[in-house]
Amino acid sequence: MTPISMTINLAYVVAATLFIVGLKLLSHPSSARRGNLVSSIGMLIAVVVTLLDQQIISYTYIIIGVVIGGAIGAWKAKTVQMTAMPQMVSLFNGFGGAASLLLAWATLSAIAPESRSAVSLFVFISLYFTLLVGGVTFSGSIVAWGKLAEKFPTKAIIFTGLRELSILHLIGLVVVGYLFVTQPENPLWLWLGIGLALSFGLWATLSIGGADMPVVIALLNSYSGVAACAAGLAVANTVLIVTGLLVGASGLILTSIMCKAMNRSLSNVLLSGFATPVEAGEKIEGDIKVLSAQDAYYVLEAAQAVLVVPGYGMAVAQAQHAVRELQSLLESNGATVEYAIHPVAGRMPGHMNVLLAEADVPYDHLLEMDDVNPRMENYDVVIVIGANDVVNPAAKEMKGSPIYGMPVIEAYRAKTVFVLKRSANPGFAGVDNPLFFKDNTRMVLGDAKETINSVIREFGDD
Amino acid sequence: MDTIYLLFIVLLAAFLGFELIRKVPATLHTPLMSGSNAISGITLVGALVSAGSGSGMLTTLLGTAAVALATINVVGGYLVTDRMLGMFRKKDGK
Repeated sequence: MTPISMTINLAYVVAATLFIVGLKLLSHPSSARRGNLVSSIGMLIAVVVTLLDQQIISYTYIIIGVVIGGAIGAWKAKTVQMTAMPQMVSLFNGFGGAASLLLAWATLSAIAPESRSAVSLFVFISLYFTLLVGGVTFSGSIVAWGKLAEKFPTKAIIFTGLRELSILHLIGLVVVGYLFVTQPENPLWLWLGIGLALSFGLWATLSIGGADMPVVIALLNSYSGVAACAAGLAVANTVLIVTGLLVGASGLILTSIMCKAMNRSLSNVLLSGFATPVEAGEKIEGDIKVLSAQDAYYVLEAAQAVLVVPGYGMAVAQAQHAVRELQSLLESNGATVEYAIHPVAGRMPGHMNVLLAEADVPYDHLLEMDDVNPRMENYDVVIVIGANDVVNPAAKEMKGSPIYGMPVIEAYRAKTVFVLKRSANPGFAGVDNPLFFKDNTRMVLGDAKETINSVIREFGDD
Repeated sequence: MDTIYLLFIVLLAAFLGFELIRKVPATLHTPLMSGSNAISGITLVGALVSAGSGSGMLTTLLGTAAVALATINVVGGYLVTDRMLGMFRKKDGK
């Protein structure tokens, strides 16, 4: 090993260590920001020492690429709305996949055709795997981005022959893969491989409905890491392998958390579970009891313990700041206010927490489902804002319901439940909610932000 | 480099990743995802060599595009994660 490559490899060890320490610091909100900084220093070290590499003879194109990418990245990071975070993460997953795909292609084109027989089989297998995972990640993420940003129809696109199409893709990928590895000098197999991977990602994601997008983003996040790892195997770069796998593991864990929270298996999500029409369950009996904002105020004024259950509807109504104001009023009135956040509330893992943090809600007031369910009876009032399925008792009570078995926040066990809703229609998943008909439930109909602001005004009046 | 040695690294890194990420609380899952976007921009390290090694126009152009895309992830990912984590506060007040 030359002294320079020795230095580079040592610096990679330092960089990988900093990534690991950074992720470790992410285990608590108080140290997380420092963790992100540590991780970014690791990245800076890795990039700077790579520039010492003697294979690099010109910096012109590197500077062009870094300036363009840096400007776009910084602009995106500064301007993105917190409600639009799922789209952005999805788009970045796609860029990660595309970068790995292009790196694999560049690496292949740098090997002269006549010297390809001297390159080991392992390199070509890794290259092909990188093209495949990178391509699927790219096209899948672009579709996910389009669905989340509502630029494409959010409904699952299902047609007969979809399963056969997927199987054909898989067979095609294996056959082309074999030809690519055995005849690396023929560019046809390269293009066919990239084309198949892109088309596979496209169809696989188009056939998944909007409600399942949180799972899909988490999975594509994982793929973008796996693609980086595969690229690392192809160019024999250990820091790429280690770091790519850290990301791969992260995405996979989030995917499994999301699936558990919906009581569905990953294959059920990917092969479109909600798309198949479900037999209508039992008919829900009972009347809806409507409450005015003014009457809601009288109940809240007397309450000692209040729990807020937010859903994506809260973000759509931009009600989080009003909720925060109500929290202050209730607290100065002597009540405790806590928030219960379901793992699949919002459009990506942890989305509600970020939106509430933006509205200045302290993070120690944000509780997980398993923390609040055992002491649900102690809450005088539960306010459900823009959430539906995550508080749906049908998951416990109705065997025929499509969400039966899904763990939910058991709001119905509290003394009183306020449901803030535009109308009494079913939610995103199109499932009826028996919570609306419970004896202790009061519907406060109208725009969530308006409703909360009316309650806040009532507090101001006395 | 030895193939077996590389696969050995793959195995250890995968286990390490699972152990580390399992400890991240649910409240930080969005910053975790944007932060891992940034980390997956490590492809940049490989792309830099492709873009600067001068081995043909095709390699250089593909490498430059990879550099640009990976830099978006690195710069955008770290900045947006920092912005989000800056909003997480424990006590009331500004």
